[in-house]
Amino acid sequence: MAEIVLSKKALAVNPLKVSQPLGASLVFLGLNKSLPLMHGSQGCTAFGKVFFVRHFREPIPLQTTAMDQVSTIMGADENVVEALRTLCDKQKPEIIGLVTTGLSETQGTDIHRCVREFRAAYPQYADTSVVAVNTPDTLGCLETGYALAVEALLDTLVPDTRHAGRRPKQVTVLAGGHLTPGDLETLRDWIEAFGLRPVLVPDIGDSLDGHLVEAEYSPLTLGGTPRAEIASLGESVATLVIGESLYRAASKLEARTGVPTYRFAGLMGLAACDAFTLTLSQLSGKPVPPRLERQRAQLQDAMVDSHFMLGMARVAVAGDPDLLAMHCEFLASMGAEIIAAVSPVKTDGLARLPVAKVIVGDLEDLELAARGQRVQLVVSNSHAAGTAQRLGAPLMRAGFPQYDWVGGFARAWVGYHGTRQALFDLANLMLSQHHDIDPYRSRYWAAERDGAPLALAEAGMVH
Amino acid sequence: MKASDIQALLNEPACSHNHKEKSGCARPKPGATAGGCSFDGAQIALLPIADVAHIVHGPIACAGASWDNRGTRSSGPTLYRIGMTTDLSETDVVMGRGEKRLLHAIRQAVESYRPAAVFVYATCVTALIGDDMEAVCKAATDFWGVPVIPVDAAGFYGTKNLGNRLAGEAMFKYVIGTREPQPAAPRPDGLPTYDVSLIGEYNIAGEFWHVAPLFDELGLRILATLSGDGRFAEVQTMHRAQANMVVCAKALLNVARKLQDNFGTPFFEGSFYGVADTSAALRDFARLIGDDDLSHRTEMVIAREEALANAALAPWREKLAGKRALLYTGGVKSWSIVSALQDLGMTVVATGTKKSTEEDKARIRELMGDDVRMIDDGSPKGLLSAYHDLKADILIAGGRNLYTALKARIPFLDINQEREFGYAGYTGMVELARQLHLSISSPVWPAVRQPAPWADSRRALGELLSA
Repeated sequence: MAEIVLSKKALAVNPLKVSQPLGASLVFLGLNKSLPLMHGSQGCTAFGKVFFVRHFREPIPLQTTAMDQVSTIMGADENVVEALRTLCDKQKPEIIGLVTTGLSETQGTDIHRCVREFRAAYPQYADTSVVAVNTPDTLGCLETGYALAVEALLDTLVPDTRHAGRRPKQVTVLAGGHLTPGDLETLRDWIEAFGLRPVLVPDIGDSLDGHLVEAEYSPLTLGGTPRAEIASLGESVATLVIGESLYRAASKLEARTGVPTYRFAGLMGLAACDAFTLTLSQLSGKPVPPRLERQRAQLQDAMVDSHFMLGMARVAVAGDPDLLAMHCEFLASMGAEIIAAVSPVKTDGLARLPVAKVIVGDLEDLELAARGQRVQLVVSNSHAAGTAQRLGAPLMRAGFPQYDWVGGFARAWVGYHGTRQALFDLANLMLSQHHDIDPYRSRYWAAERDGAPLALAEAGMVH
Repeated sequence: MKASDIQALLNEPACSHNHKEKSGCARPKPGATAGGCSFDGAQIALLPIADVAHIVHGPIACAGASWDNRGTRSSGPTLYRIGMTTDLSETDVVMGRGEKRLLHAIRQAVESYRPAAVFVYATCVTALIGDDMEAVCKAATDFWGVPVIPVDAAGFYGTKNLGNRLAGEAMFKYVIGTREPQPAAPRPDGLPTYDVSLIGEYNIAGEFWHVAPLFDELGLRILATLSGDGRFAEVQTMHRAQANMVVCAKALLNVARKLQDNFGTPFFEGSFYGVADTSAALRDFARLIGDDDLSHRTEMVIAREEALANAALAPWREKLAGKRALLYTGGVKSWSIVSALQDLGMTVVATGTKKSTEEDKARIRELMGDDVRMIDDGSPKGLLSAYHDLKADILIAGGRNLYTALKARIPFLDINQEREFGYAGYTGMVELARQLHLSISSPVWPAVRQPAPWADSRRALGELLSA
């Protein structure tokens, strides 16, 4: 049982937290022909855009209702209606994700009424689904905003039905915000290996994986979960939910459709991977394919190879709760010691982490907690590069944002292969800072015992 | 901030376009708007002051998505890279605890980081709930004896450009003129020292360090820079400069104008991009200072540096000669980069003028002739079709358009403030040429434009099957 320590500071220093509107936008970036629209000032969108562009190294469609001082005071509902109309007219998206911000929430907008007004005024745009979600940045973090958007998406687009299992091979996957495009590709292959057909919701593995297409430009997402597939989630044989933050969305989906839910916190490490594989085998009624057996054996081999480096390794980890949990469980399963764990928000799950205490705070809190603890590895996003440098430990980049690292978005962490590669990389980071024992020179040794040591040192030949 | 104050700033008299018909300054359109907000602009303008604690007063979105993301560099303190925000919670907003939290936050910043000063940036939410930042900053200054400066540039006031200007106003109102500079120590070579200032130079990727040694050599002491590699104490003394240069024309023109009105300091607008413009900037300083000997020495330095630069650039000019560039960037860069590219023997086929003033446009015509194509449509679609229509070889624009270009498989050069390479001065030109050549002649372009070898046979098979 981990102790939860709330940071009491008035000033957040080197923030770890990423805002809820960004988390919600990310969900809509994982749907096909979709477009997130932030109800706020133009800066909310501009910052969000740059944030995702630098992380994914992709063009990011993201629009704004462009609230200014006057509309903030006099009412900005018209901005919402006008923005929806403009987007429907010009871009013809299948889905618009209408995301609120701190500004519109403080102003007190009723976003759902705005959508009703839009529907009444412009019935000709009924083909475009509008999913509205309240995500003030005065609450939560990227992960909670992401979860709220998934809930709103399912509420809006999945009909209330009792047809569970009508598509006996279809499996719904509610994919948490801690998963990368690489993770989603892994999940798809994993599930397909059992002859099942996954519907990944959302699927940033299809829209933000970074691939060149023939079309030079698209104002909407290219790839991602198609709307028609989301509407069919009630006919799946099972819902697999990855990440505790989405458990509530999964429960609501089950209540709505009667499709049974299977819960997985994270999919790193042998035990977590095995639980997932076993579930797939049971759902499909098929034995585990030899290919997966082989990958499992490869992971086991990597575990014995790398336990020398990772056993008792002293690691500091910071991230949103699901990401933090996945890495802490995995590192603990390798015998590493987590000497500092920081989450930007408090959740119930934090208390179950295999650590002595979890700090709810920022990267300065991580730095202070790890200082003097002989930390050997830091796991966090690119912002922690300075933190890690000051702590004298290497940084393993995970989570949002990763702007100083090419391909961070694409890396797969989950699955037997993903876990194996993570083991290799972590072990190499440990090896890179291995310190040899300082040589001891006896006072009885003659000065010329090693020839002329001074001359050699000057020549740069002694290391 | 009052709407009338904002309007006054938008009507900056030193902007030539405010004497003629108005271009730009339209209200943003819902669902069809791109670009940053005033808060973003204020941060761009002031964050390079390296020894200041920059506190963003608001909920997490504003600082959370943007801290430590700028390309500016410091030769000393790194405090500006520490992200600080009051990270207001819902309870703070509802219960009106923002001001109290800010006061404690300032104390924490002062006690933990011993900054030369604290800048507090308003955001939309704190402006909306009416936090009296000015009063909190004043109280904090009195309590802890460190200057605490309010920067009232909430995002919803307007564009990034307005934010630059609001930041300049804050510096003029609270910082500039609050300290006298130390006299410069006499030089061993006996030359006189003249104090100058740079306004709107941000030392992106450290590029100003290409130029700074020439200032030292000529006896031009850079008293203060607003704000590249700047220090708070230097900005305080800025009013004592004998000549000012406005480097990013439109953004901080208000500061230069007010320095001229209040302290009589002459200023000129210039650029350090390109050999010709760098030389022109050095000449302008000598001209404003009005010392014949300085002018003479400046010419000698220019002759020496241009010769060196031309020698270094010769191989690159050969490679770049006749290559066609499509330039899309705002304001001053729309013309200053043009001359740099022409310097390299390239043809600029069109330039973006969305954020340019009438004067900027006049300079473009001067450089490129009357039939120059000016592009106002900066949408990805508009840029790509202009690129193809004009048969350009490279798109030069801000980072926002980087992936627009790459997805369309066309060469690209990033010219804005997040970039990693410095292009200023004589030396910077070589880096600019290298980056241009690197992208234009990269072997990846033909490779990624080529269809898969089986594409034809698949199409043939499809035709066969459908027949």
